[in-house]
Amino acid sequence: MIASGLQIYEAYARFGNRGDPAYPSPFNGTVFPHWSRLGGWLAAGLNWHFALMWPLVLVGLLYLSYLAASGEWRALLFRPRDLRGALDMQLYYLGLRKEHPAQGKHNPLQKLAYTSIICLGALSVITGLSIYKATQFGWLTTLFGGFQAARYWHFWAVWIFVAFTAVHVTLVFLVDPHSLRAIITGWYRGRFPSHD
Amino acid sequence: MIDRRAFLRLSAGAGAASLAAACGWDGGGLVKPRLLSIGRLNDWVGEHLLFSPTRLARTYDPSRRSAGLPAYFISDTVPMLRDPSAWRLTVGGLVRQPLTLSLDDLQRMPRVTYTVKHHCVEGWSAIATWTGVPVSALAERSGMTPAARYVDFVSFDSGYSNGWDLPSAMHPQTILAYGMNDRLLGADHGAPLRLYSPTKLGYKMTKYLVSMNFTEQRPGGYWEDQGYPWFGGI
Repeated sequence: MIASGLQIYEAYARFGNRGDPAYPSPFNGTVFPHWSRLGGWLAAGLNWHFALMWPLVLVGLLYLSYLAASGEWRALLFRPRDLRGALDMQLYYLGLRKEHPAQGKHNPLQKLAYTSIICLGALSVITGLSIYKATQFGWLTTLFGGFQAARYWHFWAVWIFVAFTAVHVTLVFLVDPHSLRAIITGWYRGRFPSHD
Repeated sequence: MIDRRAFLRLSAGAGAASLAAACGWDGGGLVKPRLLSIGRLNDWVGEHLLFSPTRLARTYDPSRRSAGLPAYFISDTVPMLRDPSAWRLTVGGLVRQPLTLSLDDLQRMPRVTYTVKHHCVEGWSAIATWTGVPVSALAERSGMTPAARYVDFVSFDSGYSNGWDLPSAMHPQTILAYGMNDRLLGADHGAPLRLYSPTKLGYKMTKYLVSMNFTEQRPGGYWEDQGYPWFGGI
């Protein structure tokens, strides 16, 4: 999805109407390296993007339905009452608090991260829709500030995803490598470090 | 240790997939036809589930017009008529009364003017004012028959053409434009006549028009036949 998106971006590598100043972005005029782009040219990039959008949306909806039906959402959803715990956790991570705050399956900072990333996924899909059908979903496009602004948010959602994934996977290796195997096989054989 | 082996196998698979991405892969002989099939599904969803024949695109005040609109054509140089006064538009196919119309004839027909945002498949957009005859008015005047399901728009720009679904062609904002930004359409933007609609991407709007034919079979198009989405609706 990202690779075909970078291919599409190449065709107009900036944001803003023709004749208007470009929106601030370090990627204005950037052509992403050949290896990072899927499709080879605009039409194929679009066809990949509009084919892969289906599994992305279907898997996303399946995941959300599972969270809702199983009650697992309770362990993931960040709620206002988690705010205090998130601050304590942050202090602990910064070394300003000695003891690890008590937690359930996930600590409040993790909940905040997981809740945000689901919202970001939804944002990617909805901004994508407002670009894909800017006339039929004109109200949605207007809500995001217009066609070019919707492209802008759609593009930035990618980099937040990339940053999240990098931090997320690094933490898996650093904190709990066993969970990587558990993600793939479904079996957890380690010990939760936070439960020590 | 089965887990680790399975993990390694999975990583190898993921690696191969990334490598495929690395080569600017269009899908090749095996995947490309499937991508195009999904494209046809997306066309169907776009045409039958998302497109509204009555929903109008947002219009803007003419003061919001963009400074410029890039010119696109297929020929090596700007397509020009040797004798503009001899130019005619023919309306044919599944109609009771085929028409041959001069620019004067078209300018005497009902006129629509709007200022809308133009969306290019490349991702750029620009605001401009367009003036012309609704395609629906020509369908009525030529007596389009109930068998018509598509419209084939043909140009004198090196064989450039576009096939349209009938509902998009009959949309009240779909026009054959002879005016742009309060002036007659310029040669770089498709003079003397071009298709315009804020419900489609730019490449669907045939410039340098010579004919429009109502058909029962789905006509292809210049970019559509090369892999761009056929419906191209927004």
